[in-house]
Amino acid sequence: MITTVEEIQRSTSTAMRSGELARVRESRETVGDYSVPDARMRCRDIEVWYGDKRAIHGVNLDLGRNEVLSMIGPSGCGKSTFLRCLNRMNDTIDGCRVSGSIQLDGEEIYDRALDPVPLRARVGMVFQKPNPFPKSIYENVAYGPRIHGLTTSKAELDALVETSLRKAGLWDEVKDRLEAPGTGLSGGQQQRLCIARTIAVSPEVILMDEPCSALDPIATAIIEELIDELRANYSIAIVTHSMQQAARVSQRTAYFHLGDLVEVGETNQIFTNPQHRLTEDYITGRFG
Amino acid sequence: MTDQTPASAPHKRTIDAVNASLKRRRAKERRFRRLGAAAVALGLLFVALLFADIVGKGHTAFQQTYIKLPVVLERAQIDPEGSGSAEVIARANYLGIIRAALRAHFPEVTARRDKRALYQMVSVGAPQLLRDRVLADPALIGTTAEVWLLADDDIDMVVKGQIDRTLPESKRRVKDQTLGWIERLESEGRITKRFNTIFFTNGTSREPELAGIAGALAGSFYTLALTLLLSFPIGVGAAIYLEEFAPKNRWTDLIEVNINNLAAVPSIVFGLLGLAVFIGIFGVPRSTPLVAALVLTLMTLPTIIISSRAALKSVPPSIREAALGVGASSLQTQFHHVLPLALPGMLTGAIIGMAQALGETAPLLMIGMIAFIVDVPAGFTDPATVLPVQIFLWADSPERAFVERTSAAIMVLLAFLILMNLAAVLLRRRFERRW
Repeated sequence: MITTVEEIQRSTSTAMRSGELARVRESRETVGDYSVPDARMRCRDIEVWYGDKRAIHGVNLDLGRNEVLSMIGPSGCGKSTFLRCLNRMNDTIDGCRVSGSIQLDGEEIYDRALDPVPLRARVGMVFQKPNPFPKSIYENVAYGPRIHGLTTSKAELDALVETSLRKAGLWDEVKDRLEAPGTGLSGGQQQRLCIARTIAVSPEVILMDEPCSALDPIATAIIEELIDELRANYSIAIVTHSMQQAARVSQRTAYFHLGDLVEVGETNQIFTNPQHRLTEDYITGRFG
Repeated sequence: MTDQTPASAPHKRTIDAVNASLKRRRAKERRFRRLGAAAVALGLLFVALLFADIVGKGHTAFQQTYIKLPVVLERAQIDPEGSGSAEVIARANYLGIIRAALRAHFPEVTARRDKRALYQMVSVGAPQLLRDRVLADPALIGTTAEVWLLADDDIDMVVKGQIDRTLPESKRRVKDQTLGWIERLESEGRITKRFNTIFFTNGTSREPELAGIAGALAGSFYTLALTLLLSFPIGVGAAIYLEEFAPKNRWTDLIEVNINNLAAVPSIVFGLLGLAVFIGIFGVPRSTPLVAALVLTLMTLPTIIISSRAALKSVPPSIREAALGVGASSLQTQFHHVLPLALPGMLTGAIIGMAQALGETAPLLMIGMIAFIVDVPAGFTDPATVLPVQIFLWADSPERAFVERTSAAIMVLLAFLILMNLAAVLLRRRFERRW
């Protein structure tokens, strides 16, 4: 048994070393170059454990500046878990352990001395289900700047709320009813409100966990357009179940499979010429 | 069946089977609904009976019988030097004045024993009430005033019809002679029933006509206020810690099991604990709202903790994630977002706990709240009693007039309970937010 596994590993690594386009069939080594020069976030040897269960096995991945990195893969492949490592959102889950190194601008975010609170102001997050606070639209956006003390006056805060809503493409729709409850908006508007809330604290990185899965196609199109615009100022990592969405919005794509990062590369290349059998099976719809 | 085509046969059979069972299923549903309606009706019937009984017995207590007599307020007797000083007026012999008025109205009563019976028609509290009247209006001195005097509880019972006048004299508390006097006074229009303010302004008393619930109400108020002040913050704090911050391990599991068990501990056990710990070890003065509140806090804490945790659990985790996601600290997440959403549920739990505390008797018996306390308490460390204990004490008293007062006190207690539950509903409506 052991010999066969070793054999497979030896043969696949030989194939990789030869640098040929020969298809990788079984290896769980990442195919493609996971690093980018001048990365905003640099993840090395990430392992995530839920109790005794290992959810992510040694993932290396970089997130570049002003790029949209999409993460795709079948359900339970660890892409959301990986995303939640990037702003230490996994801290809130009992029995979850993360090992390895994640650096944000060269700073180790899992360092014991690092406080996750300011980290989450730098690495914002948009969730699968739109989750505005049950407060007014204004309060939703103003909450982050207020707790972090980003503004000194009411006028400054008003301006920040307006710019954030404008950047999220929501201003024209809500400017006359800023005091209306955020939960009264439509699903797509709520998600854009959540994006406005995230960018109000001027993060460097925005993490999006299937931001469009609860939205209709029109609202999805608006959000995708918005993601493309936001790329000018932020680094964005997006988890999505829709391969079309990954193809439309991202520059780089990472394919996860059962806790392994199987393949990563330029989005065009991943969708037109996948190197790994699993990636090909997934994007051609053979499973997943 | 057998000659049907194979294609249609299973279809037909399914629908037949469904139709055949449909009747049975409908009948089952109807039966269940009827049983449910009957159960609700039975419950309502008993509630109606309970209320009818209590109101039927208690409503007469809100009225009190008074006897009008011409009272001679001679200056020589009350304020011989004409100083007008309140001290002198207060020291006068009003009992003698009232007795003189009774003698004057019934001149035919001469025997010593008969006179004593005559004097007993007026409450022992009447002289004090007359004194207060004169003090409030010194112009009465030197005149003969028609004064409404508080009647004794036996007279009150006769006038209200609680003592049957047709019974043979030996089976009745009020003798024929007294009955004759009452009838004479009634025919002269000298007896009336007025709203019973004494019931709401006095503390308890051995004399039913002088007994009131003011003391018990004040005691209940101080006790509940302090209980709420102690148990709500402690309970909510414990719930937040256990639900949101505490690590999930064997110790917190043990604590959780214990809290759930404590909610089911008989309340008298808390009374024993209070007696042993608060009074015995810490020397808290007994029969005070302070020690009662400490005991009731222990008793209501499990209720508040359990309902607060349920309220916290019902807040969707997406709200916590949203707050954490913009960089709020755990405490900010709790206090800015989770707590406001959980508050209606917590308040409901707290008010249910308070209602439970308001109606609690057993543990308070153990810490001396059963003492006979006439004064209305003015603070947390004054000796006091509470409404349910007062009801318990009155229900134990032999006088007929305490029966209606017991029911009246129950009515007041129920009114407060209904008010508190109403407050719970309104608060929940007020704070409820949708997401």
